[in-house]
Amino acid sequence: MLTAIRYFYLLRPIWAVLIALFVGSGLILIAGVSPITAYVELFKGAFLDYWGLAGTLVKTSPILLAGLAVILPLRAGLLNIGAEGQIYMGGLFSAMAALLLPEMSALILVPICVLAGALGGGLWGLIPGYLKAYHGMNEVILTILLNFIAINIVSYVAGGPMMQEGAPYPYSEEIRQELWLPWIMNGTDAHAGVIVGVALAMVMFFVLKYSTIGFALDTIGKNATAAQYAGVPVKPYIVGVMFAAGALGGLAGTFEVLGLKYRLYHHFSPGYGFDGIVVAFLASVNPLIAPIAAFFLSGLKAGALVMQRAVGLESTVIEAIQGLVIIFVAASLGFKYNATKWSQFLLRRRKLDAEVGDTFAKTPKGDE
Amino acid sequence: MSELVLKLDGIAKLFGDFRALDGVHMEIERGSIHAILGENGAGKTTLMNILFGLYQPEEGEISLNGKVTKIPSPRIAMEMGIGMIHQHFMLVDTLTVAENVALGLPDQGAKLDLGRIVKRLAELSEEYQFDIDPHEEVWKLPIGMRQRVEILKVLFRDADIIILDEPTSVLAPNEISNFLDGMARLRAAGKTVIFITHKLDEVEAIADNVTIMQHGKVSAEVRVVESDAREMARLMVGREIVHDVVDRGDQKPGDIVLKASGLRARDNRGIEALKGVSLEIRAGEVLGIAGVDGNGQAELSEVITGLLDPEAGTITVDGEDITHKSVYARRHTHHVSYVPEDRHHTGLVLDFSIAQNSMLRDFRIPPFSRKGVINTSKVREKAKDWVDRYDVRMRNIDQHVRFLSGGNQQKLIFAREVECDPRVLVVMQPCKGLDVGAIEAVQRTVMAERANCKAVLYISTELEHIMTVADRIAVMCAGEITGILTPDEVTDERIGALMGGIKEEGVA
Amino acid sequence: MDFLLDAQAMTDFLSTSLRLSIPIIFAAVGGVISERSGVFNIALEGCILGGAFGAAVGAYLTGTPFGGLFFGLAVASFAGIILAALAVGLAINQLVAGIAINILMIGLTSYLARLILGADATSTLPGFSPIAIPLLSSIPILGKVLFTQDLLTYLMYLLVPLTWWVIYRTPWGLNLRAIGDYPVAADSAGISVSRVRLYAVLISCAMAGLGGCYLVLSQVFVFTENMSAGKGFIALAALILGRWNPIGALLACLFFGMSDALQLRLQFGSPDVPYQLFSMVPYIASFLALVIFAGKVRPPAAIGIKYERGGK
Repeated sequence: MLTAIRYFYLLRPIWAVLIALFVGSGLILIAGVSPITAYVELFKGAFLDYWGLAGTLVKTSPILLAGLAVILPLRAGLLNIGAEGQIYMGGLFSAMAALLLPEMSALILVPICVLAGALGGGLWGLIPGYLKAYHGMNEVILTILLNFIAINIVSYVAGGPMMQEGAPYPYSEEIRQELWLPWIMNGTDAHAGVIVGVALAMVMFFVLKYSTIGFALDTIGKNATAAQYAGVPVKPYIVGVMFAAGALGGLAGTFEVLGLKYRLYHHFSPGYGFDGIVVAFLASVNPLIAPIAAFFLSGLKAGALVMQRAVGLESTVIEAIQGLVIIFVAASLGFKYNATKWSQFLLRRRKLDAEVGDTFAKTPKGDE
Repeated sequence: MSELVLKLDGIAKLFGDFRALDGVHMEIERGSIHAILGENGAGKTTLMNILFGLYQPEEGEISLNGKVTKIPSPRIAMEMGIGMIHQHFMLVDTLTVAENVALGLPDQGAKLDLGRIVKRLAELSEEYQFDIDPHEEVWKLPIGMRQRVEILKVLFRDADIIILDEPTSVLAPNEISNFLDGMARLRAAGKTVIFITHKLDEVEAIADNVTIMQHGKVSAEVRVVESDAREMARLMVGREIVHDVVDRGDQKPGDIVLKASGLRARDNRGIEALKGVSLEIRAGEVLGIAGVDGNGQAELSEVITGLLDPEAGTITVDGEDITHKSVYARRHTHHVSYVPEDRHHTGLVLDFSIAQNSMLRDFRIPPFSRKGVINTSKVREKAKDWVDRYDVRMRNIDQHVRFLSGGNQQKLIFAREVECDPRVLVVMQPCKGLDVGAIEAVQRTVMAERANCKAVLYISTELEHIMTVADRIAVMCAGEITGILTPDEVTDERIGALMGGIKEEGVA
Repeated sequence: MDFLLDAQAMTDFLSTSLRLSIPIIFAAVGGVISERSGVFNIALEGCILGGAFGAAVGAYLTGTPFGGLFFGLAVASFAGIILAALAVGLAINQLVAGIAINILMIGLTSYLARLILGADATSTLPGFSPIAIPLLSSIPILGKVLFTQDLLTYLMYLLVPLTWWVIYRTPWGLNLRAIGDYPVAADSAGISVSRVRLYAVLISCAMAGLGGCYLVLSQVFVFTENMSAGKGFIALAALILGRWNPIGALLACLFFGMSDALQLRLQFGSPDVPYQLFSMVPYIASFLALVIFAGKVRPPAAIGIKYERGGK
């Protein structure tokens, strides 16, 4: 019985999503559309259609990486709201590397661009990480401000120094085709970024579970004083984990540029950094579940447009439903599984049953 | 026999199946100072929480001024004239004295009227000679004064009965006499004072009557004049207290292992906590550090184990300078182990399993991990071994340490800190919150390490515990060591003087 | 920079500065109340947006700005109730709760605005027009700047000193301050920590909602998606700079408003220089201000820590 209750708790994110979808159906109803039709079209469009699936995978790349960028520092107790800014800086640095560096073989240049993007994002994580570790400042407000600064920097660069001559919108020159990331579904936009994301998710899982670094991070997250006592150099670790998180965000931006857009656009991320936060909590801060959560969330978004075309419902309803998802997932965090309390409760129930007797007990044989 | 202001009849309190209080009978005379004496776990705090309305008794009745009543909440208790002073003061540091008194005052209306509060506080302060400025912010006041602010708070609300929980545990020796005078003045003004303590000398000094408790029951209720400290101690513990002389054997201490000179350090508020401390510990020797809590002992243990950086001074282990080395280096290169005072916030990660906590300090070295990868099976193997040998009661090795009892948590910590074969073992307040059985286990472990030629630094506020294990006892007061003596040389006057800050000759 | 010499330009500049700071002032001063009780309020952004949305919908449906004001407050308070339920009731991480509310607000307001306003999304809504206060508005420069503003601005003039008075001169404010620093003391004095925090969060979100109402009903008279555009976070920076004191927060907001006005002026004055450089100024200013000053200011001691009655 106890195990059953425990699993019930473990599945909290799923209950949260279901409740959100249920409440969301109310929002759909007031627009005069049948929620069932809407959800079915959504699901079909996102997962069951070849092109729709590709669209989902396209979004999964940045959303998964952003999710990982939030999960990693969260294990150490840090809330990385700056993934959005890290995405932008990653896109910027990788675009600059791709467009400004001298012509080189793709085998050398692509890794350089990727590293550049990771570095750019890493820098954007390093700054709040350092300020937090060595000056005790709250990383949340800092990362939020840095987001806005990054968006503005990229906007300036894409619309100014790097802008394509005569372009109608602020975007840069196109990156040479040799540098583009390989596609994974023929004839679609789906690119290899999502594969890298899944691979990194698995690496992160192993590092967190089986390495000393992972143990150190978990210790810092659960009890920073004990971490110090344990001999973990807390401050350098905080800086390091924020740099790594930033690098992951940077990669999200990098793959958007190298794999999808092939240019630096001025507002190229529609809030993937914040989707990353949703993914992190939906995945219960577990990197192994992150790809599933990211895939699901991407599906919601990708399917929204299909659904809009099919049933005429505003695709922004999905943003509203996403908001509901995060609210219910957040609420579910407030219910913690307390083994002792549950076992005591069950024990008392059993005692009560034993005293009072089971009124539905089978009658002894021979009474028929 | 004067009139009874409070009478308790057959009071029992249950927590689940556990009887914290059983058949407690107590009579408190009006205008008297009544002590409740007992060791840890005797039930004094539970009893007091009932008097104050925080708990409700399952059995028995309470009579206030001759009438049987219930005390359902602290607010109602205050209305009935029962005021409580907790061991940890309920004062907001950033507010002034008057504002603290005003907090929660009923019938205040929309505007905060500090004027009349200030006036009344000044009157009360004058009457009891408390010398408090109502406009002063609390964080600026010394502890003894803050306690008086707490007393003023309840007097302001017209308390007749004032209950104090271990009132002298936070006071410096020189503040204690002030405190006792204050108690006498309260009695003279007709108030009834009840105080919880485990200190016999205070009971003798000021109390009229004492209720002695043991394991949730009242073992005696005596008039102080009709008894003496020895008898009260016996009634408190149930046997004649003799300072247990543990068989120390013929062990002679070896070479100096740990040497500290001229240590200066600041605490986390920036105030100087160590003002030039020097000491040395030899192999196979236990050096006890005695003194009232808050005189630099915590900072001393942190400086030696690496959690706090000293401003001046040196520390060497086996001749090597470790003064500015990291916690990690101290543990693994110089083998300095540490059992900290705060089990929950320093020594353990409550939400980690027993296995994880076992490797908390050593997870980066073999056998727990190799080249950065943790060997989970080895970790569990070791943890199981320790749990068996140190008698840690648990459900399974994956259980979160949060659910272990204090004694078992402490055993786990000791296992971890002792199994790595340290040169120096620093132990800080190891018996806090432990029952007699766990205390014995701790002391046995310490003596075993001593027998193994380790250097042990044993810091505690409980003099009896130190007397049991230490070869030499250093007393700390106000960040300095005021004197060092052997257990035989300990007398109340000498220790009291040292704790009170009077330095002896020949000490650095 | 010729406006320093010209009275009319100076008046315009100060007037713009004030108007740009008003939404932030509402949010920051509201934020002070919540944070003084020990609850981070990162949802100020979402509440501004919610208030703006409610104001637009309310004004649209009722045809009067007062309808907008009512609805705006209602939506913001609704966000406040959710925040209180999550952060105080369920006691989850206050920052996570706040961010969740922000995300929710963005989604809900975008969708519902399109649904309700539909084709009329761009038409001008009924709003509050400036009312000149007799006598006072005749004072040169300052008279035009301070006393020829709209109703909500005058409301702000009242609310800020009122907030100060409530925090420092009423028993409820005393409770608030005690709870933010050492809730145990307040609890033992019989004060309900969660109830005070609940009200603090609600008031805080409602006031931020007023900021959103101002945006729609007094400034642009239309609702656009995500129109709060980070003002809630600037408000947070302002309240930290203002040392968790309503007057300090006010001054910090005025400073930010002024830098924003300066940026606009420069943008139009030097059109060749890219606008992003200027629109970054408030964020950079806030960031630098936090880095330089944050080490020296101390938030309420109990902030962010969920309060649990300890002991047996």
